[in-house]
Amino acid sequence: MNVILILIILSLGIALFFLGGFIWSVRSGQFDDTCTPSMRVLADEDHAKPFPNSTKNTKAT
Amino acid sequence: MTDGFTSGEKSFCCQGCLIVHDLLAENGLEHFYDLSRHPGVRVRGAKHEQWAYLDEPTLQQKLLDFTDGTQSRVTFRIPAIHCIACVWLLENLFRMHPGIGNSRVDFLKRETTIGFAPQKIALSELVTLLVSIGYEPALTLGELEASKPAPLRKRQWVQIGIAGFAFGNIMLFSIPAYLGLDALNAPTFHRLFSYLSLALALPVLIYSAADYWKSAWFSVRQRVLTLDVPIALGLAALYGQSVFEIVSGRGEGYLDSLVGLIFFLLCGRAFQQKTHDRLAFDRDYKSFFPLSVTRKTERGEETVSLSQLAVADRIVLRNGELIPADSRLMEGAALIDYSFVTGESAPVAKSPGDYLYAGGKQTGTAIEVEIVKAVSQSYLTSLWNHEAFQKNRDDNLDTLTNRYSRRFTFIVISVAMGAALFWILNGNSMRGLKAFTSVLIVACPCALALAAPFALGTAQRILAKIGVFLRNALVLERMAQVDCVVFDKTGTLTTADASGVSFQGQPLSALEEQWIYSLAKHSTHPLSARLSASLQNKYSATKVVSFRETAGCGIEGWVAGREIKLGARGWIDQRGSHSADCKPSKSNSGSSVVVAIDGKVRGSFLLGNSIRTDIDLLLQKLSAHYKLALLSGDNESERQTFWSLFGSDEMLRFNQSPLDKLNFIQDARAAGTTVMMVGDGLNDAGALKQSDVGVAVVEKIGTFSPASDVILEAGQVPRLDEILTFARQSARIVRWSFCVSAAYNLIGISIAAWGILSPLICAVLMPLSSLSVVLFACGMTRWAGRGFANNSECRMTNGESVAVATPSTALVSQFDIRHSSFPQA
Repeated sequence: MNVILILIILSLGIALFFLGGFIWSVRSGQFDDTCTPSMRVLADEDHAKPFPNSTKNTKAT
Repeated sequence: MTDGFTSGEKSFCCQGCLIVHDLLAENGLEHFYDLSRHPGVRVRGAKHEQWAYLDEPTLQQKLLDFTDGTQSRVTFRIPAIHCIACVWLLENLFRMHPGIGNSRVDFLKRETTIGFAPQKIALSELVTLLVSIGYEPALTLGELEASKPAPLRKRQWVQIGIAGFAFGNIMLFSIPAYLGLDALNAPTFHRLFSYLSLALALPVLIYSAADYWKSAWFSVRQRVLTLDVPIALGLAALYGQSVFEIVSGRGEGYLDSLVGLIFFLLCGRAFQQKTHDRLAFDRDYKSFFPLSVTRKTERGEETVSLSQLAVADRIVLRNGELIPADSRLMEGAALIDYSFVTGESAPVAKSPGDYLYAGGKQTGTAIEVEIVKAVSQSYLTSLWNHEAFQKNRDDNLDTLTNRYSRRFTFIVISVAMGAALFWILNGNSMRGLKAFTSVLIVACPCALALAAPFALGTAQRILAKIGVFLRNALVLERMAQVDCVVFDKTGTLTTADASGVSFQGQPLSALEEQWIYSLAKHSTHPLSARLSASLQNKYSATKVVSFRETAGCGIEGWVAGREIKLGARGWIDQRGSHSADCKPSKSNSGSSVVVAIDGKVRGSFLLGNSIRTDIDLLLQKLSAHYKLALLSGDNESERQTFWSLFGSDEMLRFNQSPLDKLNFIQDARAAGTTVMMVGDGLNDAGALKQSDVGVAVVEKIGTFSPASDVILEAGQVPRLDEILTFARQSARIVRWSFCVSAAYNLIGISIAAWGILSPLICAVLMPLSSLSVVLFACGMTRWAGRGFANNSECRMTNGESVAVATPSTALVSQFDIRHSSFPQA
């Protein structure tokens, strides 16, 4: 019968873990804007050229 | 056709787009052009001095979200954000300046949060950079006091999360009890499960249900019986009874029902609180007034924030700038566009010495004005000092649900007392106590509390699909009671769109019309814009050379070797001389634009305000059920027209000031009618606020609208009668849902009153009744709104409308009119 006890503690622990995860995700603002991230993923970063800091303000054509 | 703005192999429509391209190319951001087929953003010259006032510390304090001297964060509203390329570009801002850190775009709110290092880039430089790539932030007076988004919604999510978590686990612990498994000689587990459930239910009761306790306590203190009172009573009874049963070892309590109930209630509330991020229902004039003005002093021109503006200051207003306070025109040819205030499209000419009211926009050359009244004391803004704006109408107490629940609570408490008394008198006090709590438990009006949120929430969503946005679901209840509809005229019943354009004079050939279109397209003057809009479906633009605009007078240029002039009669007559008398020719039916080709006057375009299509039908249908009235700020010239439309003369009021409109509504309400005001301009703001249901009509969702309860897309005005009927149907559905839940309660209470309620019956009855009421409410509302669903046309305008699952798609089209500047490789 003790095995049920362990299982209960285990299941409650896992459930609490996920509850904590949910509360964290809400608090960190992941539910504030559910639209923009879906657009962001469509613009691949690959297309952007490497960070052009050194060529700053030099006129390129 | 292009005018020769090229960069490498790419050609552009204008210098502005070329500059943007070079700027982006320089920083390795050309991917911008791969993302969007219409990336054009109109660029205004970005002068750094113009934004210098932003570096003032007191202003920054209000504007910045956060700063510690080395790191700052600021959130700008940028109306120009319209597609995925905008999001990408703004989030790659850091590539353009080493002082800029992380930036985040919120697409629905059209907001960008930018982190930056103030030592490396001043706020004014940051804004200049944004303006130079075409994303000018909206810096209005309202921005300064914009309250930071309340963490309310976050709290609700956590409340629902905790309730859901506890609900699921308690259900698991309850299964053995339901199935009678506790007979398996395991009393230890039975007790363990019970106590665990008790512990799990406690945070739900205290945290998740906190709002119900508060609002019940509030209504008890206000001596108003709202639905929250029986809910709180039921919750207390459920928990009390459960604690008693568990501690005394008599049973396992009703914790599963309790937590489930709270979970469902919270879900219902979240469903009802559908908000539209794109829309602001509580704007006042501050949201439209600029943050700064150009002041003229002996030392020259300086940009100061509006709050520093004092009476007798001289300010300079350029094309498109707003008059912030009542003032006197000192210098320049003023052509004031009051469309923002009154909805009237034709600009009004003023000469030096004339009094100018706040809210107008100068079109044409720069003018100098002297401030006569402080910003908050001006003609338009003083409306906001009226008492109607001081108090917030109490939305929450007099709802259908609360009226119903008053009777309900009374009946429940008397039945509970009666049952308890009956059993106690019969010598069975134990059973009496159980009957008392059971009645409270069963009657806990879960189904009742869910009926209105789900019916009204569904209705709200259906309406949002066709471009009718409600401030909250309760507005529907008030709409259902409306018996008087008051209309504003200009901009509401009439419209200044392409349909009102007609030509008088020697007929023009198709080729000539094409020339005129090409010329008109080059000007942003409201009349040119309307003229070109009326022709744009028929023709494509051809090349215009030596284009010239004489502000306030007209435009000229050479198209296909012919000289075309469009403008005021006086200007044309004098062959474009600058001294011409440019008073716009304005008649009762609208403004006119004279056309001259090769110096020969050919006739004039009449740009009238036409009455929206199907308005006559709408008024006819509405007049059968509602009292109708018209309030117009214009003169009486159109009284005859509207007489025939409204069918009577008594309710037509012309020459109404904003305050007159407000008072008219106030009187009507005092006489006991429930008034719906339909208006559009800031001059209707008082009337909208004072009415029971204020409906603001907007041409494009997301553009200007004064504070209101409903924001209505202009195209839906003719369907107002259907919308009102739908509101009444929704209210009726809420009542029917009440009946359904009352039937459940009747069954439950009669079982409970016998004192034989078991946790199992409770656990089945409660979710079953809730679920069926929710299904009934949603289903019936959908059925009632089926007419709307079928007619909602597809709003996608082009391939850009990625991943926008909200009403904001309607916005995309708004920005497509801009220059199409994509490089033609």
